[in-house]
Amino acid sequence: MNVLVIDTSNIPLSIAVLTEQTVIAETIINSKKNHSLQAMPAIESMLRSVDLSPKDLTRIVVAKGPGSYTGVRIGVTLAKTLAWTLSIPLVAVSSLAALTGAGRYFDGYICPVFNARRGQAYTGLYAYKDQELVQVKEDLNGLMEDWLNELSLMDRKILFTGQDAAVFRELIIEKLGDRAVFATITENMPRAAELGLIGMNMEPGNVHDVVPNYIRMAEAETKWLQQQKKVDANDR
Amino acid sequence: MTKQTLILGIETSCDETAASVVRGGTEILSNVVASQIESHKRFGGVVPEIASRHHVEQVTYVVEEALNQAERTIEEIDAIAVTEGPGLVGALLIGVNAAKAIAFAHEKPLIGVHHIAGHIYANRLMKEMKFPLMSLVVSGGHTELVLMKDHGSYEVVGETRDDAAGEAYDKVARTLGLPYPGGPHIDRLAQEGKPVIKLPRAWLEEGSFDFSFSGLKSSVINTLHNAEQRGEQLDTKDLAASFQESVIDVLVTKTERAVSQFGAKQLLVAGGVAANKGLRERLHETFDDREDVELVIPPLSLCTDNAAMIAAAGTISFEQGKRSDYALNANPGLELR
Ligand SMILES: [Zn+2]
Repeated sequence: MNVLVIDTSNIPLSIAVLTEQTVIAETIINSKKNHSLQAMPAIESMLRSVDLSPKDLTRIVVAKGPGSYTGVRIGVTLAKTLAWTLSIPLVAVSSLAALTGAGRYFDGYICPVFNARRGQAYTGLYAYKDQELVQVKEDLNGLMEDWLNELSLMDRKILFTGQDAAVFRELIIEKLGDRAVFATITENMPRAAELGLIGMNMEPGNVHDVVPNYIRMAEAETKWLQQQKKVDANDR
Repeated sequence: MTKQTLILGIETSCDETAASVVRGGTEILSNVVASQIESHKRFGGVVPEIASRHHVEQVTYVVEEALNQAERTIEEIDAIAVTEGPGLVGALLIGVNAAKAIAFAHEKPLIGVHHIAGHIYANRLMKEMKFPLMSLVVSGGHTELVLMKDHGSYEVVGETRDDAAGEAYDKVARTLGLPYPGGPHIDRLAQEGKPVIKLPRAWLEEGSFDFSFSGLKSSVINTLHNAEQRGEQLDTKDLAASFQESVIDVLVTKTERAVSQFGAKQLLVAGGVAANKGLRERLHETFDDREDVELVIPPLSLCTDNAAMIAAAGTISFEQGKRSDYALNANPGLELR
């Protein structure tokens, strides 16, 4: 089994190819370069450097979001098109899960964070149980302050991961005190290989129907729905 | 006999997800278009973020359908051609990345195509090109006169300095309270009305082949407002007819001058506005009797955005040895060269 993993949901590009036994290659590029420009060349060069051709791939795992809308779409488009055209299974995993590996031996919860601006974050709550990743709370988009208030009611330590956790560092410490633990710069990188490990045994669905999980509606749609509600209210 | 080139074309520059297989640059084996228009109608225009979301949902379905209808496998395809620009960047990205994935997976050449080159090459699916030729490209995003002296050679001799013709149509339609997309509604109303309302024509400097429609658009809006203030009711049909006549006067007069000045043997009309009845009629009136120039207007399905035109233009690039690499990116402001 040769699993290709693609994560372009945020600034870092993270790709990997792994089998059940070993990580054959993993690449992380943490620069603001456009994913549309660099993802395909990076995948090509990574596979070439380990003497694998696209036809050797047996499964694709992709980070489905949340994250940058455009970033997530580039990864999902590459992944679903590759899977479709190579007739191999495709599995989509939460982009936040790529930041949970640091907590595999941590006694507490793991909280990966992506900055969603204006005080908001994409986040969720995970934990490892017998080295198996479990989702404690669904991925969500909301005000970081509200989320931290919710977390402050829990009694376990929480490991914050992801480069963007730094954005909220003061607020996190204010709300959680010494129950908050921060990952190092090395473990703040999304790890495609971690996604691959999670996605390796997941049941794949119909490749055509794999779409990003944006969590948020498009702005135009939100406004339109509000308008509809107003119209309905006026009609009554 | 040499094998005829088989090109898979992909187009996602605006609100149509499209894929097509074209043989020899002239013969359509399949031409699949998934339109998003119903989804955008409620917003009164194309919303870029929504367009990108739909493209991701549709792209593999559409490409698969194009191959199925053409009864070809991807292995039989010689190259993948895709629109790299201009267009909505988030929308273009989906086609570009899907094309890259297919090219990479099957080690096929990848060819980035200019959207306008595509529109022009839609004509080659109807009739072989004769050079030099002039092409009038009119759509929601473009109003251009392009001179071609040979395959793959483009010289923009005139372009809009503000609104595209189709854009002016949509804005005027909105002012008149017509649903989106407004172009066809104005065209229909114009057939019933008379061009009796005085509206300006922007000829610009002597000898210029450029266009400008924003003044005309403002003039229509002012005319409507002034009439309202005087408590008069303007006939919408007459206003539509007057507006359309102004657009067509400028388009056709400048096109005719360009055709003569550059000694074009063909006039190719391209882009969604080529579906406009009024424009078609005037072009036929102007050019049908001329023996020195042949007028070609493709059917509606090839005038609006589609991928057959991208495959057709891509065929020429392929034959000329032009290739893109995997760093091919969406380029919303790509220039036609
Ligand atoms: Zn177009």
